[in-house]
This record gives sequence, structure tokens and C-alpha cells, in this order.
Amino acid sequence: MEVEKFRYDNQIVRLFLFATIGWALTGFIFGLWIALQLPFPGFNISEAFTFGRMRPLHTNAVIFAFVGNGIFLGYYYSAQRLLKTRNYSDLLSRIHFWGWQLIIVAAAITLLMGYTTSKEYAELEWPIDIAIAIVWVVWGVNMIGTIMKRREKHMYVAIWFYISTFITVAVLHIVNSLEIPATLFKSYSIYAGVQDALVQWWYGHNAVAFFLTTPVLGLMYYYLPKAAERPVYSYKLSIIHFWALIFIYIWAGPHHLLYSSTPDWAQALGTVFSIMLIAPSWGGMLNGLLTLRGAWDKVRTDPVLKFFVVAVTAYGMATFEGPMLSIKSVNALSHFTDWTIAHVHVGALGWNGFMLYGIIYWLTPRLYGTQLFSRKLANAHFWLGTLGILFYVIPIYWAGITQGLMWKQFTADGVLQYPNFLETVLQLIPMYVLRVVGGTLYLTGAIIGLYNTYRTMRAGRFIPEVEAEAPPLRAVHAGEDATYWGHRWIESRPVQFIILAFVAIAIGSAIGNIPMFVIQSNIPTIASVKPYTPLEVEGRDIYIREGCVGCHSQMIRPFRSETERYGEYSKAGEYVYDHPFLWGSKRTGPDLLRVGRKYPDAWHFNHMYDPTSMSPGSIMPPYPWLIEDQLDYESLPAKISALRSVGVPYPAGYEEKAIADLKTQAEAIAANLAAGGITTTWDREIIALIAYLQRLGTDIKAE
Amino acid sequence: MYVMFVLIGFSLLVALIFLGVFIWAVRSGQYEDQYTPSVRALFDDEKRVHDTSDTSSKHDTQEHRSTD
Repeated sequence: MEVEKFRYDNQIVRLFLFATIGWALTGFIFGLWIALQLPFPGFNISEAFTFGRMRPLHTNAVIFAFVGNGIFLGYYYSAQRLLKTRNYSDLLSRIHFWGWQLIIVAAAITLLMGYTTSKEYAELEWPIDIAIAIVWVVWGVNMIGTIMKRREKHMYVAIWFYISTFITVAVLHIVNSLEIPATLFKSYSIYAGVQDALVQWWYGHNAVAFFLTTPVLGLMYYYLPKAAERPVYSYKLSIIHFWALIFIYIWAGPHHLLYSSTPDWAQALGTVFSIMLIAPSWGGMLNGLLTLRGAWDKVRTDPVLKFFVVAVTAYGMATFEGPMLSIKSVNALSHFTDWTIAHVHVGALGWNGFMLYGIIYWLTPRLYGTQLFSRKLANAHFWLGTLGILFYVIPIYWAGITQGLMWKQFTADGVLQYPNFLETVLQLIPMYVLRVVGGTLYLTGAIIGLYNTYRTMRAGRFIPEVEAEAPPLRAVHAGEDATYWGHRWIESRPVQFIILAFVAIAIGSAIGNIPMFVIQSNIPTIASVKPYTPLEVEGRDIYIREGCVGCHSQMIRPFRSETERYGEYSKAGEYVYDHPFLWGSKRTGPDLLRVGRKYPDAWHFNHMYDPTSMSPGSIMPPYPWLIEDQLDYESLPAKISALRSVGVPYPAGYEEKAIADLKTQAEAIAANLAAGGITTTWDREIIALIAYLQRLGTDIKAE
Repeated sequence: MYVMFVLIGFSLLVALIFLGVFIWAVRSGQYEDQYTPSVRALFDDEKRVHDTSDTSSKHDTQEHRSTD
């Protein structure tokens, strides 16, 4: 049989290697910084670097910059070798790489500037959303093209994980990011309230599933057997758990909304599927660990395998914990507390972080034709990282359970034992300090890793192209596989293939517009709930810009402990004009849904200027610029019109009147503040924010 | 809550795509052999496999750069 010669592209692998190592450190440093901000609010150094703006920067940097580049790093090396072909197109590989890096840089800049949609892990504004969709499709076309021209008929299980990642993330990203732009960097989600929450957590949960799990499992199935130098424990199990995992994962999203105003049946659906998920998840974990049977002696000495063992163990723990947290009675305690934060960090630091560092240590010497510079330093990285994870998660689990219990504690007389929310926060400060220790250890390990990989690169010489040879696929199949004709046809026609791929995407986008029509027919439900006034719209946008939703929920669950503390529990109909919804997922500060008319305007003014003046000991950052900065209401007409097009019933032509209405309401608040001895002018940002806060939850308060 | 039906629709769409791919995979014989692929993945078909246990592995990499 004729053997074909071809070359593997190592340069694209190296590019993603650099990006992975670099963005890892960036993500960790921002994580450490925001961890410092909680016990030491002085680390909120300026407008751009407050907790509210930096938290999404940290999550996006870790998920999409560190893990994202790590996935592509592992993918580009393994896919070429598993499919026995060079990547479909070197140009697409480069567009993929540089496009992804540009998106990350744009994300960092815009998030710090306060341009955010506020939807978790989908914070980036619409121009960047479009860029993400394009670059993602570039990767997909490149991947499917590579699969089409492969020389190995059987697609190894890792390839299946990569395919499912591409397909699902594309659909999730497009559906969740449907928004109507008001300005270049401001858009409103087409969904409102409950609907937006359901879409967001359908996306959010599956981002965990198909961005942080399936691709990394694909990497596990390539790199773990490679490093252990033995085949995966059960190939059959890998296939079964792959299909089971992807079919079940997509239904589990509503477990993020237990006890919220979402329909019970949706919550039950989320719970049931989440519990079922333990089977395919543990199938993967056990398959990974059992691959090491007979190779545990290697784990003692090989740092790569050490990283993999802890990573897979962390995966097992996180995927046991996930189903457990999806049980309503457990979720009642854990939700809105640090428990969730600890849970995701077992996943991020343990599973994702350690898988990727294992891969980095395995790949770097191979790309540079040398050995790892120092096994000792790699071991030091491993132990610092492992200790770092423990020092992070144990105090944070402790913090979560402590706070959850304190929120629910009643005295014998039937009143809340800790009615002052701040008391339950200050209780956690020692745990927050310990978390900083954990983060520092983990970061130190990563810096050692940077040095070690740098020295490895210096010691070797980069091998940009690797020659390989394999028989062509066609010869194998000629005449013996009738079902193969369609595949062969497209294999030799890259142009037709790209057209077909774009047609598929276009159909997907068209379907993506359907929700809009469906949803507009379903707006008002509570008669007293009215759209926000123009000033409140501006105030809400400031609330979104400053990332208030990162620490304050707007969702009062139907528990006595919550209605006692905050007031009447949330109703679905209250949120019908919330584009986007702002329910939040973490209460570092109290819920704000019923904060409207609870305090005088002057209280909010002083509190935003210096939170400790109103709540001594508060760890909330001060927002002095809101008092000085002039409210930019120039884009108000565009905002009103964008909101109308997503279904908020502003009367026709209201754009013309909106600014006058804004001014009237702002002047009233300024006059009210002046009566309280505070001199300001009506056109400051603080006035709009006060207007919004005083409106919150009041629509049904009067009833 | 109508959006739930939309989401279920999209989830079903994704699931149906996967189902189609699954049926294709089974019918085209992807899973007829459930053992050798796991072993095959371990072997590199690169012309010269880099032996990382070799301390003097800083060989001449020129040959990799030569054109074909």
C-alpha cells in the first residue's frame, strides 16, 4: 500500500502553549486580587479595579483565556496525530489563534471599562459576541475539515469530545447572546426576567459542561494514556460515557435556579438530570484513574501523572458535589453562599488547572526535542498547587456553610438570630484571608511552572514541523464501505464543505431568532408592574456597569428566613421588564430586591460614597466617582428604542420625551437630597442609581 | 416561561444532531473495534519519535526543517 508523507504543524501548538501559560498567570493574579478585596476593601484601588468589574474579568480570563487556550493547545497537538493528517488549513489555525487572543484583550479592556451584559460568563458586549461566534466557527471548520481529510478511519474518543464541544458551544453562545444593541457597547438581552434567567443558566451550566468538561475529557483521553504509556482502561466505557454525558448534560441547567421564580417543573427537570449526570461523569473519572492500574509506580515519580491524578480526582469530587448541590434541600443551604465558589474552584483549580499543567509539562519537552528542565521544580509546582487548592477550598466551604446556617438561624422567640446581614459577612473574614494564602500558593506554583517551561524551551530547540507517514484512508475503503461515499465526496471538496458549514450556521442563526417572536407574546402578568422610568433605566445600567450583581442578588426565595430578612418573596411577574435579569448567584452583600423605599435617598448617597459610614465594617467598595461623574444620558433615546424592540411597552415617540422625564425625576431626587443637607446636582450618576435602587421591588409593595 | 419550550427545542436539536452523528458512527463501523483504537493512540507515526527519556535528546533538528 502506498504510504503518504505529511507534516504535523507544531507552530500552532506552540502559539497556544505560550498563550495558555501567559493567560493562566493573568487569570490567577486577578483571582488573587479580588480575593484580597474581600477581606481588605482597600484593594479596590480605582473605578476600573473594583470587585464588581474585576470578578467577571477573573472568571473570563480563567475560563476562556486560560482553559480556552489550553483546550486549543491540547486539541491542535492531539487531533493532527489522532487523525494522521495536518490541520485542514494553516490559515484558519492562525485566524483562530490571533482572533481568540484579540477577543481576550478586547474582553479585558471592555470589562474593566464597565461594558458588560452582566450575564455570567457571557458578560462581553455584542461586538465581541459576534467576534467569538466567528472565531468559534473558524475553529469548527478547521476541525471538521481535518476530520474529513483524516488518514485514520476510526475517530478516537477524544475527537468525539472535541466535536461535541464545538457544536454545543456554538448553539449555546448564539442563543444566549441574542441582544438588541442600543449603542456600540451597550445592548439589552432580548429575554426578560424569568425567561432570561432560564436561557442564561441553560447557557451557563452548559458552558461548564461543554467548555470546561467535554474538551478537557477529550484531552484526558489522549494525554493521560500517553503519559502513562498504556491504553485507556476501557475504550468501550469511554464511548458509552461520552454519549451518555452529552445527552444528559444539556438538560441540567435549571439547577442554578432552584427555589427561584422559575417554574417548578423546570427546576425538577434540572434536578433529575443533574443527579443522573453522576453516572457518566464518574464513568470518565474511573476510566481515567483505572488507566493507571499497574502504572501507579510511575505516578510516584512522574510529575505529569501526579497532576493528572489530582485533576481526575478533583473531577470526580466536583461531579459528585454537583448532583448533590442540585438536590433542592441541599441547594436551599448552599445557594448564594461561598459553597458554590468552593465547588467551582475544585473544578477550575483542580480539574482544569491540573489537567492543563500536566499537558504543558508533557508537551513542552516534546515540542522542543528535549527533556523537562527540572522534575524537582515540577514536583514543587505540584505540591504548591495541591496545597493551594486545599487552602482555598476548605476555608471557603467552611465560609459557605457558616453563612448559609447563619442566614437561616432563628432565636427561640422566632426572630432572626443574625438580622444584620453584615454580621454574617464579617464572620467569614478569617476564611477569606486563608483563601488568599491558598491562592498565593497556587500562583507561586504557576510561576515556578513558567520558569520551568521557559528553561525547558531554552534547553531544547523548537521543532516547527514533524514529518509523519501513513497510508491514505481512501485505499482502505475503496469498494468495501458503501456508507462512505458522502464523506469521500466532501473530503475532496473543501470549498463546498465550507459553504455547507456556513449554511448550517446560518440555519442555526435563523432559528435563533425564533425565541424573540415567541417571547414578545408573553409579557405582562402583574398589572402594577410598570416599565422603568428613563432615570431608572440609566440607574440600572450603572448598576450593571459596576457589576453590583456580582455580590447582590435580586431573588428572594420563599423561605421564612428570607421573607423575614428581605420581605415578600419574588414573583415571576415582577421581572417582566428586566432586560437582562439581575438575580445574581452570590450574596456577598444582602439581597436588594425589596431595598426600594427602605432607606432615605441620603442614606444611599452616603452609602455609595463610603459604605462604612452607613454600615460600619462593611467590605463593599466605595463608589465616589458616582457622585462626581456626570450622567451621560445622550444615548437614552437609543436605549428606550432598543428596550421597546425587546418588548418593553414604551409608547411610540417616547424617545423624544424621555430626557425631559429623566430631568424631572432627577431634580426631585436632588431636591430631596438637598432637604437632607446634601448638595449635588440633578445630572450626577448617583441620582440615577438612587432612582433605580428606590424603585426596586416596590411595584408590588403597595399592594 | 415560553422560553423553556424554545430551550427544550434547542436542546432537542442538539440532541438530535448528536443522535444523527451517533447513528452514523455506529453504522459506518466506528465502534466495531472497541479495543485497538485505545492502543493505536499510543503510537506516534512520526518518522522519528522523540525519546524523552534520553538525556542527550537535543539532537540535530535540522532534518525536521528540511523541505519535502
